[in-house]
Amino acid sequence: MKGCCVRLTRSETLSQLSSDAALGSNVFTELRNRFRTMPRTMIGPVQETRDGIPTQWISRNSVRDVLRYLKLEAEHPYPMLYDLTAIDERSRVHREGQPASDFTVVYHLLSFERNADIRLKIALTAADPQLPTITDIWPAANWYEREIWDMFGIVFAGHPHLRRILLPPTWVGHPLQKDHPARATEMEPFRLPQDKQNAEQEALRFHPEEWGMRRAHDGADFMFLNLGPNHPSVHGVFRIVLQLDGEEIVDAVPDIGFHHRGAEKMGERQSWHTYIPYTDRVDYLGGVMNNLPYVLAVEKLAGIEVPDRVKVIRVMMAEFFRIASHLVFYGTFAQDLGALSPVFFMFTDRERVFDIVEAICGGRMHPSWYRIGGVAQDLPNGWDGLVRDFLGYMPARLDEYDKIALGNRILKARSRDVGSYSVDEAIEWGVTGPGLRACGFEWDFRKARPYSGYDQFEFDIPTGKRGDCYDRCAVRIEEIRQSLRIIEQCLNHMPTGSYKADHPLTTPPLKKRTLHDIETLIDHFLGVSWGPVIPPGEAFMGIEATKGNNGYYLISDGSTMPYRVRIRTPSFPHLQMIPLISRGGMISDLIATLGSIDFVMADVDR
Amino acid sequence: MSELAHTWSNVVVILIFLFSFAALLSWIERRLLGVWQDRYGPNRVGPFGMLQSVADAIKLLAKEDWIPPFADKALFVLAPAVIATTTLLAFAVVPIAPGIGVVDLNIGLLFFLAMSSLGVYSIVLGGWASNNKYSLLGGFRAAAQMLSYEVFMGLSLMGVVMLAGSFNLRDIVAAQEDLWFCIPQILGLITFTVAGIAEARRLPFDLPEAENELVAGFHTEYSSMKFGLFFIGEYVGIILISAVMVTLFFGGWLGPLLPPLMWFLLKTFIVIGFFILLRASLPRPRYDQLMGYGWKVMLPLTLVNLLITGAIVLAWGL
Repeated sequence: MKGCCVRLTRSETLSQLSSDAALGSNVFTELRNRFRTMPRTMIGPVQETRDGIPTQWISRNSVRDVLRYLKLEAEHPYPMLYDLTAIDERSRVHREGQPASDFTVVYHLLSFERNADIRLKIALTAADPQLPTITDIWPAANWYEREIWDMFGIVFAGHPHLRRILLPPTWVGHPLQKDHPARATEMEPFRLPQDKQNAEQEALRFHPEEWGMRRAHDGADFMFLNLGPNHPSVHGVFRIVLQLDGEEIVDAVPDIGFHHRGAEKMGERQSWHTYIPYTDRVDYLGGVMNNLPYVLAVEKLAGIEVPDRVKVIRVMMAEFFRIASHLVFYGTFAQDLGALSPVFFMFTDRERVFDIVEAICGGRMHPSWYRIGGVAQDLPNGWDGLVRDFLGYMPARLDEYDKIALGNRILKARSRDVGSYSVDEAIEWGVTGPGLRACGFEWDFRKARPYSGYDQFEFDIPTGKRGDCYDRCAVRIEEIRQSLRIIEQCLNHMPTGSYKADHPLTTPPLKKRTLHDIETLIDHFLGVSWGPVIPPGEAFMGIEATKGNNGYYLISDGSTMPYRVRIRTPSFPHLQMIPLISRGGMISDLIATLGSIDFVMADVDR
Repeated sequence: MSELAHTWSNVVVILIFLFSFAALLSWIERRLLGVWQDRYGPNRVGPFGMLQSVADAIKLLAKEDWIPPFADKALFVLAPAVIATTTLLAFAVVPIAPGIGVVDLNIGLLFFLAMSSLGVYSIVLGGWASNNKYSLLGGFRAAAQMLSYEVFMGLSLMGVVMLAGSFNLRDIVAAQEDLWFCIPQILGLITFTVAGIAEARRLPFDLPEAENELVAGFHTEYSSMKFGLFFIGEYVGIILISAVMVTLFFGGWLGPLLPPLMWFLLKTFIVIGFFILLRASLPRPRYDQLMGYGWKVMLPLTLVNLLITGAIVLAWGL
């Protein structure tokens, strides 16, 4: 702890913005210098956004050149394709200063050297929604481009495998287009006559060629094993088709989308406030950790500055959920390797975390407890006793688990040098969180881009060396210890003050002045009935969530509902990497690898 | 005539006892696992949940006895019968106490080894006949595992045979009057324990089943009482391995004060408890690691044991 008390600087987000802006102007100059020989239309206007991420419009003909330059040639490159998504702009009203566009494709790149992002936007017309693929520049773009095709109908010319990824192959339409119905009541009643059922089932028939796999090689047939969508070790509904030579994996093709619930589409018809419970269920082991990037992004849009007490309460609850999620990981990872007992110990400890969460939030797994501009209630009387008991209990348990699980020789033999990848591979494929740190790269949003006052806490960032299953497990366990340190600092230095910001857009608003004058009564009434009207703009907020970087890219069109909600989840790119790290291993290795990635399918499919 | 009546009563009593104990064992195991895993385990049916196995048996009998249409029917039905039969037959040679036991074979030990080897056919055939890829992988693993572990299982017992000078299990027990073989044959005991767990397909050697990887391995497609037979076979297998281990290394029924039968049961139960504890505490190695361990560590160890024992027997002219 720096000093004896928590000092949260109010200007923290502002200084963040200004430093980003400085770097941003650099990158604009770099781009203009590099591409000055090209026609003027190639590099379009610069857009102002609420989050301060430099946002540059470019033409679709220059997208490959610009991206290749930023990834490979720039002096301080942007090696990670952090996110890739699209916006249906056709019914957006507030587009001041932006080029005409029906569909906008958004590339979000991350530079570790600059500690800065850049956002590139490409305008497309509805008549010709097409642009070149970048899968040869970034292999990680593969699934993102398929998702955009699936959701928006935008074609990526030259993509090796442009098929639906989240929706079933027989789906008609592209759901994130604004004219696609969002509710079942806007559609015809669902019927499944026999012929339609047959067609649906036929569409599911497995043809190895369609998945890019050969049936035989050198006169020997391969065995294809369908692992999932319902299998004890895929942690949810996730399917991997394995091409096997004996028990050795020749190739693996992940198939996702079984857990897709249209979380992004739902965002477009929920009020800013009522969308919070949906975020809880994205990484369903992360609880209120999921609320955090969402409310932070909304607060950026609304310009709300929350009191210190809110920041520290949010940090404390988020770290409790990090512990809960990592405990589930630890237990199930050991179970995937055949150890029966650890999972029971770890779930028992997780119950203790939930006892505290329940006492403070009222809910357990999905409390939906953060609010725009604060948290739902103040901390209850006696919360500190509960937290203190837990802090006294947990470290000794963790030491014991080191003996029964992590230190076990069979467990080491199963996880050492299994499913390993290098730092470069991790960055290439968009790996974040413990999976990136296990390779030895110390990168954590809580340190690199402190949010919610993390810069005021003392904690270390554990890293591994080899990037294998064992290191990924060891890093997470050390993170539990670091989270306990953070919680202890929250406990000892909890600031006094309000649990909500005094701001008209805080939802639900503070009630103390409501009955004193008509203006605040009306504000309160509108805020509660319609929900807040967030000023138009765009903002992205990413945080270090339990499984990696979770971020919300929100677009407000000055309404009570978001115009577009993009959820950047960590597990999506992590799963895309599975073929790369499982080839040549055995089925048992794949099971260990799956366990060590620590994904939940709702976080992949949204 | 009374001789025959004696044998028959022995057979019937041992059979009934074995089946009830195997059923009870599934309850004991779950309760013990519960204790070690901070939870209760089955505690609702009957006193302390003891009748849980009865409830399980009724449930299994009431379930649909389904043979998948894609399976090889004859082999599919035969497979579970093989394991139940061979483990029960192997029990015939176990000397429980003086006067208690089914047969007194001169080649009792060889008979036990033969029967336990035949048991693997059940797993391999079950995996093959199911015509399911997970079952097939389970069957393959079973075949590879048995091949690796049968070899030194037999060899690990030869030290005992050398010291006792007989394949007759009763003679072997009698030869331990002064000193249990677990002391001079400590290497043999270790290797036999490992082979025995592999033989009973218990964690950490449950690769043919490996529910985290192969769903349920070789018996994925089995339901109802056919599955029940595999289940019973597994538990009788545990009792068998424990009983044989007690006979060969821990002096069988020998012991002061208590009656011989009690000694035998007590020792067997302790060994079973050890097996359950192993299951509660160890993860599962990978297929190739398991094979490597068998061939590169355990087999040389048994050969060294054989060499040393042979040398000592020769030198001291025992």
